[in-house]
Amino acid sequence: MKIGVGWFSFTCCEDSTIVLIELMNDYFFKWNEFLEFKYFRTLKGKNDFTNLDIAFVEGAIANSKEKDFLLKIRENSKKLVAIGSCACTGSPANQRNFFDKATKEEIGHILIRFEHYDKVSPISDFVHVDDFIPGCPMDEKLFLKKLSVYLNEFGILNA
Amino acid sequence: MHNTFDINIEQISKTEGHADLEVKIRDGKVENVKLKINENKRFYTQAVRNRPFSSVPQFVSRICGTCSIAHLTCSIESLEKCLEINPTEQTELLRKLSVYGMIIRDHALHLYFFCLPDIFKVDSVFDFDESKNYLIKQAFAIKSVGNNLSKIIAGRSVHPTFEKVGHFMHVPSKEEVDGLLTQLIDSRNIVIDLIKIFYECDFEFKRDCNFVALVTKDFSFLEGEIRSTDGTTIQEKDYWTYLKRVIIPYSQSAGFLFNKKEYMVGALSRMNLNKNSINKKSRDDLSEFLKVFPSNNIYHNNLAQAIEILHCIDHSIQILQENEFKKESPPTVKIKEGRGVGVIEAPRGTLYHMIELDKEGKVKFANFVIPTSQNQIKMENDIKLLLPTILEKDRHFIHHELEKVIRAYDPCMSCASHFLKLKWT
Repeated sequence: MKIGVGWFSFTCCEDSTIVLIELMNDYFFKWNEFLEFKYFRTLKGKNDFTNLDIAFVEGAIANSKEKDFLLKIRENSKKLVAIGSCACTGSPANQRNFFDKATKEEIGHILIRFEHYDKVSPISDFVHVDDFIPGCPMDEKLFLKKLSVYLNEFGILNA
Repeated sequence: MHNTFDINIEQISKTEGHADLEVKIRDGKVENVKLKINENKRFYTQAVRNRPFSSVPQFVSRICGTCSIAHLTCSIESLEKCLEINPTEQTELLRKLSVYGMIIRDHALHLYFFCLPDIFKVDSVFDFDESKNYLIKQAFAIKSVGNNLSKIIAGRSVHPTFEKVGHFMHVPSKEEVDGLLTQLIDSRNIVIDLIKIFYECDFEFKRDCNFVALVTKDFSFLEGEIRSTDGTTIQEKDYWTYLKRVIIPYSQSAGFLFNKKEYMVGALSRMNLNKNSINKKSRDDLSEFLKVFPSNNIYHNNLAQAIEILHCIDHSIQILQENEFKKESPPTVKIKEGRGVGVIEAPRGTLYHMIELDKEGKVKFANFVIPTSQNQIKMENDIKLLLPTILEKDRHFIHHELEKVIRAYDPCMSCASHFLKLKWT
């Protein structure tokens, strides 16, 4: 039995993606026995975000396109986990929220041109988040510990 | 295929970050190509202002998770130039090892996980059948070497913590060095097998171009002169004056011209300009493969990356065998107003950080020029020239070829969307 997972990245530096891929140095074949990465655009050309057991979401939300996709991910996943500092807290991707007036005016035309929201937000501002794995990048030991818990929840024991 | 059609690739896969590609073909002619870097800007050039200098390297490391060591190191170099701090010989060696760890890990990820699926005609590394399990194991072995080198020398492989302005907070122990040496030595033959795969790969897209790179005496990515294949040689501090920023209205990244011309940065440029500086042990084993360069085949960028992995391994072995590392005191920093430029070779090409400090040591102004931004114009022009040669093929083939040629550059969109303020008209 395999559970379907997706790995999604929004506005961030994708550091937790790199940490996950480095964890694969040790866990790829083990994970391959019980995880099916249905969506992982960094590694796959053909991706499917429907009917996921777990969606791991990295990055903050900066525009409506990201928000709309996040809502679809939530609708299509049994469990949604925020990964890394930007997804959990919005920071540091949200640093423009705290700019002074002059700096906000300096970047204003870019926000308008690319239809950005006025503020960058953590994902929990838009969807229910079942769990949080913080860190910049994510804490890899905590990720491994929590992954074992999730796998148990989905009936894969002793993973 | 019909001679009038559109191809819209949303989120080019197997690259770092987000980019889309729009193509319009009308009556058998390429009417429009738009490579859109869609990574949402995080405004580091603005956010870094007023920060105390000592916090800047860790802060700008967050520009990119993939090549955070490059941003950290380049930032430190810019601050050292500004504050007139000369790093010790040991610090320079540790910095080389730190960068080598990143290059090994980053190139291995790109070659094994992004490029090999194209060569073996599968979608992803998850689709390799059991007969290719040995390649996956080799990929993880090489990535682990880079990862461990960065962890032991720099503290972490992503946003590392040991490297500071003028020194390293931690030096590796004898046991750590011995462990690294064993792992590095054991990995050499695996990398030579990888080089053979890319040497034998028949992918080809040739186009003359001006290649630009920081040319270093020992191919260490850190200190040297900037040269181009059109014969220009300049100092690191003057790089910005040779660049022309080009606003690309549909992209969240600006493009650049060097000497008013389209150009390319990255492993292929480094190999075309500086292959004779590759570590001697690597050169001795790779003489046949090095004859490929200079090359104007973009897919040889991936062969060049594979060769660079071996160079990084061999030079790391040499540094670790020939040196003993001792804890050093941090340098005395005298805060002063000024301007400093750091230029290094990141995995994807020449990286430029300029910083201006006020008399209290806070940032007045910063400017970063990212490799993928510099390659953006050439990538888009490659697509325009490739399309007419494949228009008779089916949509799936065209889509795949377009992604494949962009992947050959190993672009990093996360990095690319950082530039100075722009005005669109």
